[in-house]
Amino acid sequence: MVSGATNRIMLSGYRVYMALFFLFLAAPLFSAALFAFNDSLFPSLPWKGFTLDWFFNDTEPKLGMFNDRRLLRGLYYSFVIASMVSLLSIFVGTCNAFLFVRCEFRAKNFFYILMVLPLIIPGVILGISILVMASNMANGVENSTGIELEFLRPGLLLVVLGQFSFIATICSLVIIARLKKFDIAMEEAAFNLGASRTRVLRTITLPFLRPALIAAGIVAFLVSFENFNTTLFLVGSEAPLTITMYDRMVKVGSTPVLNAVSFVLILGSALLAVLSIAVQRDPDK
Amino acid sequence: MNTSEFDLQCENLTKHFASVRAVDGVSFDIPAGTFFSILGPSGCGKTTLMRMIAGFESPNSGDIKIKGKSVLDTPPNKRNVKMVFQHLALFPMMNVYENIAYGLRCNGASKSVIKTKVADVLERVALPDVAKREIHQLSGGQKQRIAIARCMALDPDVLLLDEPLGALDLKLREAMKIELKLLQHQFNTTFVYITHDQSEALVMSDHVAVMNEGKFEQIGTPQELYHEPVSAFVAGFVGDANRWSGTVSAVHDGRVQFTTAQGLTLNGINKGDAHAASDTVSAFVRPEFIKLSDANLTNTNTTAGNNNEGHNSISGRIDSLLFNGANSRLLVRVDSNELIEADVTLTGGLNDPKAGENVTLVWPHEQTMCF
Amino acid sequence: MMVSDGKKLGLFLLFTPFALWIGLLIILPHVGMFILSLKEKVAPRVYEYGLDNYINFIQEPIYWNTLLRTGVMSLLVTVLTLLIGFPVAYYIAKIAGKRSKGALFLLCLIPLWVSDLIRAFGWILLLRETGVVSKSLQSVGLIDTPIEFLYNDATVVMGLIYTVVLFMIVPLVSTLDGMDNEMIEAGYNLGGSRLTVLRRIIVPYAMPGIVAGCIVVFMLTAGSYLTPILLGGKNSSWFTEQIYDQFITRYNWESGAAFGFVLLTFTSFVVWAGLRLSGQTLSSTVAKS
Repeated sequence: MVSGATNRIMLSGYRVYMALFFLFLAAPLFSAALFAFNDSLFPSLPWKGFTLDWFFNDTEPKLGMFNDRRLLRGLYYSFVIASMVSLLSIFVGTCNAFLFVRCEFRAKNFFYILMVLPLIIPGVILGISILVMASNMANGVENSTGIELEFLRPGLLLVVLGQFSFIATICSLVIIARLKKFDIAMEEAAFNLGASRTRVLRTITLPFLRPALIAAGIVAFLVSFENFNTTLFLVGSEAPLTITMYDRMVKVGSTPVLNAVSFVLILGSALLAVLSIAVQRDPDK
Repeated sequence: MNTSEFDLQCENLTKHFASVRAVDGVSFDIPAGTFFSILGPSGCGKTTLMRMIAGFESPNSGDIKIKGKSVLDTPPNKRNVKMVFQHLALFPMMNVYENIAYGLRCNGASKSVIKTKVADVLERVALPDVAKREIHQLSGGQKQRIAIARCMALDPDVLLLDEPLGALDLKLREAMKIELKLLQHQFNTTFVYITHDQSEALVMSDHVAVMNEGKFEQIGTPQELYHEPVSAFVAGFVGDANRWSGTVSAVHDGRVQFTTAQGLTLNGINKGDAHAASDTVSAFVRPEFIKLSDANLTNTNTTAGNNNEGHNSISGRIDSLLFNGANSRLLVRVDSNELIEADVTLTGGLNDPKAGENVTLVWPHEQTMCF
Repeated sequence: MMVSDGKKLGLFLLFTPFALWIGLLIILPHVGMFILSLKEKVAPRVYEYGLDNYINFIQEPIYWNTLLRTGVMSLLVTVLTLLIGFPVAYYIAKIAGKRSKGALFLLCLIPLWVSDLIRAFGWILLLRETGVVSKSLQSVGLIDTPIEFLYNDATVVMGLIYTVVLFMIVPLVSTLDGMDNEMIEAGYNLGGSRLTVLRRIIVPYAMPGIVAGCIVVFMLTAGSYLTPILLGGKNSSWFTEQIYDQFITRYNWESGAAFGFVLLTFTSFVVWAGLRLSGQTLSSTVAKS
């Protein structure tokens, strides 16, 4: 091996590299968050003093985010969409996990690849393909019966379906990984002790899966919350927060209220990310 | 009904997966309150047999009776046969109390009944204070006992144990052997113990069935299996043995003389089918029956050449000495260049055999079992 | 018999959500998009089937130049991301102590869950003419006039690397984590130098993670929209922009669908070629990360 001295130099070099990397990771997040507290109309230097106006002030031009009705509406829709996507994805992900871990059927490998596929289709294409299909269906129904199916037009439902189409894959993979670790003897033991099939599922299997279900739910929620590419094509009047922010950025230009929103979102994401890792930690190990 | 003296009976049980016969026409009766082991190499079908008894697999033909009643139509969660799994399958998300209470809850027992039964069974496995512990806080031996307690709380007719000692380290395994035997005595329930470890089966069991390729080779007490094996497989699988295969050169008075491929000529007796000249035989001699006959070592033994007719007497050189206290063993390379194992008692004195010495091995022909 | 009937019913019940999801939200829309891409408007409400949309794409150099540019830049981003990310993943998985490992991994994960939009916004605030970097350099006296760091290819590449680097690190950490330290030590013990150990032992072992990371990174980059637009400006010429343009601005869905299909085919081909070259399969890589 190499001598101790060169080893130590290389290791410190390595450490410097790591520090630079994390600086690179943190820089834009800090700049996005920090200017939320700058008492200025523009999110840029110089620093004009600390303020919380961009969160709580209720008058223009320094309208705080918690008084900005459009941003709040966006936040609300983001919550609604993310919750629905999470629930749907957990449900389908759990079914998929049992399907692919417990069942044997023909062409299983092929179906497994189909299941993974949505993850590597560009989000833009998922968005337009679902838009095209929904519009085709709505047009077809309208032309033949004259009934306008409003829910097939861009709006809440399409956004939820579009995000769900690939988030379901993420949830499936998380839950499959956990179910694979399950010792089937545990179910047999419960069965042997006299439990019925539903009781085994309720008292043994699902409790074992719970950390994965929670983690999958959190991940789904976060991915849905931050999604832009797929949502962009499917959004109607109920725009979620990312779309609202983007509109604001392009049309009005950046104001520190966007920094305030960024700060809240970064904080929320960080908390949820920590939570999702905490629930997955095995107490045994 | 005179059949109820048996806790578990299997009649001509057969199970095949695709074209493989995992269990092939197995029949046996286990009397109430005994410790019964099924011993066989991995892949012999013993796990399949047990899973059929527990109800996780259904046989292609044959019948399983518990206390004289067929249970083929009883689903596994209604059979009064409880099972200790190979890796125990204790529920990690519940504590000890919840684990033991699980089966009682499924049966709809009341809270107070559960409480007394759990306390009672914990008392009986000598772990009265662990009810509130989590599973991962228990030691290996404690987990073992909790797994048994979880089953015994339900008063099963038969307790199945699927190699539960396999995951333990050697010392603990030795201790648990004795403990299991004691527990079986205490509960007075029929234990059916599955293992590939012959020493576990011999030490604990009242009766042992030796299984090979889906069939029972022999059922008997440990002594019978060891001293009176009915097949070459049993002789080779149960206990240690020197093994030869050879061709019969002469047969008279129940004495079989045969010659191995290397040219060693030995005398033995028929244990299986009768042999005639020029048949091929498999012969087994247990190391503890082979004695050293050397003037240098001891003068209590008869000297070479003074043997009875039919005694085996072979000279060779000690290749190596495997010291293991009272169970020490010699590897002797005989003149035909084969290695023979012989047990010796070493006293630590000057008379102990040493590697490189020339010795003569002797044993009576009755101890050479030919199949 | 009862058991096998029950199993069949269970299989059916579990297969239904899967089939509905994949069938209605993935396969059917893509088939629909493909059919739409073959249509061409010849008069109001009159359509003809044909390859005109695709021919149009080939005949217009702007389109396929944009696609090529997107592809080349995505590959560049993928390679750079691997080079930057691998040492980081190796440090987290193998060099960091037990405690700092979890913390570092978490630090990597948090930016992963923050929206692209916010990250791009952060970069804009840093790099624009009136941004933090320019102002800081001015006040230190290194430059006299403000510098615009935005709206050039280098910034777009950097922004894209920033957006996707964590998708490279996460699968790499999990594969390297599964690697036995003794294997590396055995490599040194048998006389390997740092380079041979890296080349012969570590990289081959991490191959599934590397390929998985590269596939995800490439797909995300080629399909990204926000970062090129916000950091590269309106003229960043990213192919997703063209799709958006056809769909939303020109309302030419047929041509937009064709463009979408071209992008999908192109990226799928690159991924397929990558899998072939590295000798991996989709289920051995992406599915495991």
